[in-house]
Amino acid sequence: MLEKGTTAPDFELNATPDQKIKLKDFKGKNVILAFYPADWSPVCGDQMALYNEMLKYFSKHDAQMIGISVDSTWCHNAFQQDRKLHFPLLADFEPKGAVSKAYGVYDDEVGESKRALFVIDKEGKIAWSYLSPTAVNPGADGILDALEELEK
Amino acid sequence: MSTLKPEVSSKDHIEGSESASITIVEYGDYQCPHCAHAYPVIKEIQQTFGNQIRFVFRHFPLQESHELAFPAALAAEAAALQGKFWEMHDAIYENQYRLSEDLFEELAETIGLDVEQFQKDISADNLKEKVEDDFESGVRSGVNGTPSFYVNGTKFDGGPDELFEMLKESAE
Repeated sequence: MLEKGTTAPDFELNATPDQKIKLKDFKGKNVILAFYPADWSPVCGDQMALYNEMLKYFSKHDAQMIGISVDSTWCHNAFQQDRKLHFPLLADFEPKGAVSKAYGVYDDEVGESKRALFVIDKEGKIAWSYLSPTAVNPGADGILDALEELEK
Repeated sequence: MSTLKPEVSSKDHIEGSESASITIVEYGDYQCPHCAHAYPVIKEIQQTFGNQIRFVFRHFPLQESHELAFPAALAAEAAALQGKFWEMHDAIYENQYRLSEDLFEELAETIGLDVEQFQKDISADNLKEKVEDDFESGVRSGVNGTPSFYVNGTKFDGGPDELFEMLKESAE
């Protein structure tokens, strides 16, 4: 897993079937990358739904939340609509898991991203990273602490 | 390990004795089915451990998934202004199966509130702030779903049933 101080590898992934997002599009902004195993986990406070409720706290720190999993854009679309998510979900779909691998958070055995968080600063450097046990939703306190640290 | 921020204070809704050795804080959402499941378990915990336990409830309404969660939290806070937070809290969970925009007024009447005052209070800005402050404190404390429990300030990694088990085991 990539650690603090490393330059975050750039990537270009589909957010919708016809829209691609590059990491470097967000230069000048803090970025939160949340890698997660899969859409549709069957609980009401799942990680993405939770972050969706917290977007205003992230934007206070000039930070863009981005979710990444190996699900396809069509799956992401349906999930996004169902959970009313207001931030992009990127499809690390083809070649499968390539970006997750570049960040060192791909689980080869199950073929999904691990549950991992990265806070990337305005210059594109990783300011904080955290690998959570797959079954545990890591919440957002670590993200907010890292964003606050950046403002010091 | 996530810890409770800020600590329990007089701003909180607290049930139980101040001298209790165990303080349980729940971050909950009035429309969340898992929280409704937790409600009777917490009651049982309170009955079992009596004044050894102090229970605190903080609001964590997931507004995007539960559209009535925030209005319900406001209803509880408006009841609190008339000294009946817990009565409203209990009534909402007991009637969660029929939660609606109109339910709060009916419950206000049932628990004996001044309904006119209640309706005035429920739309006040400072009540909204109170609920939002609770939510933000939950974010800072590492809430990762509802209900989330804290025991003496440390996040408890489990649901209400595991919490009850843990308390029984530590009492033995």
